[in-house]
Order: sequence, then C-alpha cells, then structure tokens
Amino acid sequence: MKRRNFLVAAGAAFLAGCNKVAESAPGAKLLSAAESWHKAAHRFLSNREALAPEYPRSAISPYFRGNGSVDPTNGDYQAQAASDFANWRLEVRGLVETPLSLTLDNIRRLPQRTQVTRHDCVEGWSAIGEWTGPQLSLLLDAATLRPEARYIVFRCADELSGARYYESVDLIDAYHPQTIIAHRLNGEPLPIKNGAPLRMRIERQLGYKHAKYLTAIEAVASLEDLYGGKGGYWEDRGYQWYAGI
Amino acid sequence: MTKPAKRHALTTRLWHWSNLVAMVILFMSGLTISNAHRYLYWGDWGFEAKDAWLAVPRFPDWMTIPGYYSLAVARDWHILAAWLFALTLLFGWIAMLVNRHFKRDIATRREEWRPANIKADIAAHLRLDFDHGKGKYNFIQKLTYGLVLGVILPGMVLTGIAISPGMEPTFGWMVDLMGGRQSARSFHFIFAALVFGFFVIHVLLVILSGPIWQLRSMITGRDGR
Ligand code: HEM
Ligand code: HEM
Repeated sequence: MKRRNFLVAAGAAFLAGCNKVAESAPGAKLLSAAESWHKAAHRFLSNREALAPEYPRSAISPYFRGNGSVDPTNGDYQAQAASDFANWRLEVRGLVETPLSLTLDNIRRLPQRTQVTRHDCVEGWSAIGEWTGPQLSLLLDAATLRPEARYIVFRCADELSGARYYESVDLIDAYHPQTIIAHRLNGEPLPIKNGAPLRMRIERQLGYKHAKYLTAIEAVASLEDLYGGKGGYWEDRGYQWYAGI
Repeated sequence: MTKPAKRHALTTRLWHWSNLVAMVILFMSGLTISNAHRYLYWGDWGFEAKDAWLAVPRFPDWMTIPGYYSLAVARDWHILAAWLFALTLLFGWIAMLVNRHFKRDIATRREEWRPANIKADIAAHLRLDFDHGKGKYNFIQKLTYGLVLGVILPGMVLTGIAISPGMEPTFGWMVDLMGGRQSARSFHFIFAALVFGFFVIHVLLVILSGPIWQLRSMITGRDGR
C-alpha cells in the first residue's frame, strides 16, 4: 500500500510537471510543432497524389458506424430530411472566380468516383465502406480558385454541443484524387448518421476531417477568422489540424 | 575476468536516459489513447465490442498523461515524444554499431547458446548472481537487451507508423504485413505491454543487483563498484 502511495505521488508530481510544460508558451509551441514535423515527414516520404488503400467490395464492414452528430436537430435539417433533401444546395464560394450553387441532382450528374476505403477514427476504431461522388477538384476547377486561396473550408449543417461543425484542408489534400464529395455509401443514398445528403472523404486523414451534412465549400486565404481560428470543430478543441497521424 | 573501468559509453548513457523520458511520456499518453477506445481487433477494421479480441481495462487517470481524460492533449504528447524516441533509438543504434558496443557486449556468441550454458545462466540468475558472464553482460542479459533494442523498440516505431493514415499510401505493404491497420494497432499495444514488462523486471533486477553502483555507472559511465 505504501509503495502504491509512493507511485501515485511520484506520478502526480510528474504529471504536474508535464502540465506545467504544456501550459508554458515554449512548451505549447513545441507540442504543436511536432504535428507539423509529422506532416512534413509524411509529405516528404509520400507522393502528394499517393492513394490510400482501396479494398474489394468483399472487405466492406457489415455496418458503418456513425459518430459525432448522427441526427442533427438544429436549423431546418429535420425538415430537409423529411423532404428527401429536395431543396438541399451545395455552394462553392469564397476566393473563387465563379461561385456555384448546386442541387443534389447537379452533383449526381457530374463524373463520379467510387472507392472502397477504410475510415479511421481518432478514437482508434476503423470501418470500411464504399463511397461514391464527384472529386472535389472538379468543383474547384469549375469555380476557378483565385491565386490567394490556400485552404478549402467545409461548412456543415450540424451543430455538436451547440457549436457549428466545420473543417478545412490545404490545397494538396483538396486536389487529391480520392478527395470526393460522397452522396452514396455502399451503393445506397448516404444514411443520416453518416452525413446525408453530402459529406467529404479525405482518405489520408482521420475521421473528424471528413465533414458531414455539407452545405458549402469555401476557398479562403487564412483559417484565423473562422470560429476558434484553428481550422475545424475538433481543432478548436485541441485536436491536430493535420490528422494524418 | 577484469571489467573495464569505463562501464558505459557516453552515447549509451545519453541514449538510455533520453529513451526513458520519451518512453514514460509515450506510455502514459498511450494509456489515455487506449482509454478513448478500449477494444482491440485483428484485421483491417473493427469498431464494436463484439468484434474485439481484447477489451482493455480503463486505466485510472493517475497513470495517464495528462492526468485527466483528454485525447487531444494525450495525442499532442504522444506525437511529440515519438520524435524523441525514434531519433534517440536511431542515434543509439548508430553509436552502438560504430563503437562496437553491440558486437562486443550485446551480440551473443555461439557457445553461449549451448544448453549447459543457458542452464547455468538461469541457475545463477535464480541465486541472484548477475555478474557471472564472460563479458559485460551475461547471456540472458544480452538476449533481453538485444530483443528490446533490436525488435521491441523498433517495433514500437514501425507499428506506430503503420497506424497513421497519412503514412499508409507509402507504407501500405508494412500495414499488410502486420495484417491490417487494426492488427497493427493491436501489435502497437502488445509491444507497449512488453516494454512495460521489461521495464518492471529491468528495474527490479537493477535494485536486486545493487541499485547504487548500477545507477552511478549508468549516469557517470565509470564502474561504480
Ligand atoms: C515513434 C514511436 C511511436 C509512434 C509513431 C506512435 C504512434 C501512436 C499512434 C498514432 C497511436 C494511436 C493509435 C490509435 O488510434 O488507437 C498510438 C497509440 C498508443 N501508443 Fe504509441 N507510438 C509510438 C511509440 C509508443 C511507445 C514507445 C509506447 C509505449 C511504450 C506507445 C504506447 C501506445 C499505447 C499504449 C497506445 C494506445 C493503443 C490503443 O489502444 O490504441 N507508443 N501510438
Ligand atoms: C527508472 C528506470 C530505469 C533504470 C533505473 C535503468 C537502469 C539501468 C542500468 C543501471 C543499466 C546498466 C545495467 C548493467 O550495467 O548491468 C541499464 C541498461 C539498459 N537499460 Fe535501463 N533503466 C531504466 C529504464 C529502462 C527502460 C525504460 C529501457 C527500455 C525500454 C531500458 C533499457 C535498457 C537497455 C537496453 C540497457 C542496456 C544498455 C546497453 O548496454 O546498451 N532501461 N539500465
């Protein structure tokens, strides 16, 4: 019992030290720098276009877990769902020459990419599903990015714990061939728990990057003016912006 | 056998103590990550208790970094300490090969594998006599250090890389070799458990064989006896 008390005390002192380091300015800087070293290492070792693995249909998991928002109740989402998303619009806007406003039908008529990929959640689990939708690059080229555009922001319809969900990627991931706007999962229209009617697939990063309930795609020069300024709902709550680790 | 006056090279000592710092941070932040989803699977995918081969117990906060449940903060620490850990290991291996410490003190010799020698070595360990080998380390010590340095620690880095989705486009073959991402995650956890097992026995043996001189040797390099 004594030894255990000693261990607990030593652990507590060590933890207090760690938390002091994390709270200090240089400590916080170091901790967030590590993320960009990983990103640099990943991009140095991998071709920018290198593909995440794609699986045969037989590898699809029996069911695709939903996480985060699984049935948004804010705004008019429920009414939209009741009308089968007939009035849903996806806007492409921000630093683009020709802003677009697309219906689901417009999106379904674009050239499609279908990919069976694995979804890795930051919590640790994985699921495999087949996704179908147009490549993001197609929409960005149709709208024509302005030269100042550095990030693509994904605007979402759902609120999680009272705050609006959003996400962002840089142009390398935005133009990656597997980055698609999915409207089908396993050959069926996207279920509500998985982000109906539209969601992103950013295949080389963790699940929280794959924004669901997508309403707009916005080209921006900086992420600082959006919400918490870190480029995403979970990033504003301390998670890494580069979620390839 | 005369023992060299210099027991541990500076590079060995630098590696050993930076490794300890990195390891403690990685292990304790790893326990928070484990708490985020306590099920381990084989194969490419898995997300429900019924598919798991192991339900890991929830680790109490005092064992974890940051000491309360925050997956975001734990991941910050984990991916920072991963650099210290991996670069120190690389440095340790280069130093050990260049100064021949590996060949001289850790690589086992053929005659040491004779059953009689192994039996004698185990018997000596049971009598708590650790100072009986011909070289600096006895057979079991060499074997254990060799496995830790050559298999388990590099295995931590490789399985850690294999769980990272950003690395997979390039290292997909490695993930396949491990049997899929969830298998790689299971191996990462198993290796962490092995490291912990080694750590407990290692520290226990240091204490049993004379903690003061052992620590003095590992810190100053001079044989502390
Ligand atoms: C370069 C070295 C390392 C890298 C790149 C790395 C990377 C990672 C990553 C990405 C995860 C998240 C896995 C998930 O999503 O569930 C993880 C989890 C974990 N790591 Fe490491 N790690 C490294 C070294 C270590 C070491 C040395 C230890 C312990 C001795 C350790 C212990 C753990 C544990 C216990 C988990 C939780 C496993 C789970 O339940 O998912 N890691 N590591
Ligand atoms: C409080 C923790 C630790 C203490 C007090 C400690 C102490 C020592 C001491 C005294 C030695 C020299 C043994 C001898 O000369 O016979 C040693 C060697 C060694 N320790 Fe540790 N150690 C600790 C943690 C660790 C950890 C966490 C690891 C790795 C997972 C580790 C791996 C090794 C290895 C591989 C050697 C052999 C080094 C060589 O000669 O290249 N130790 N340790």
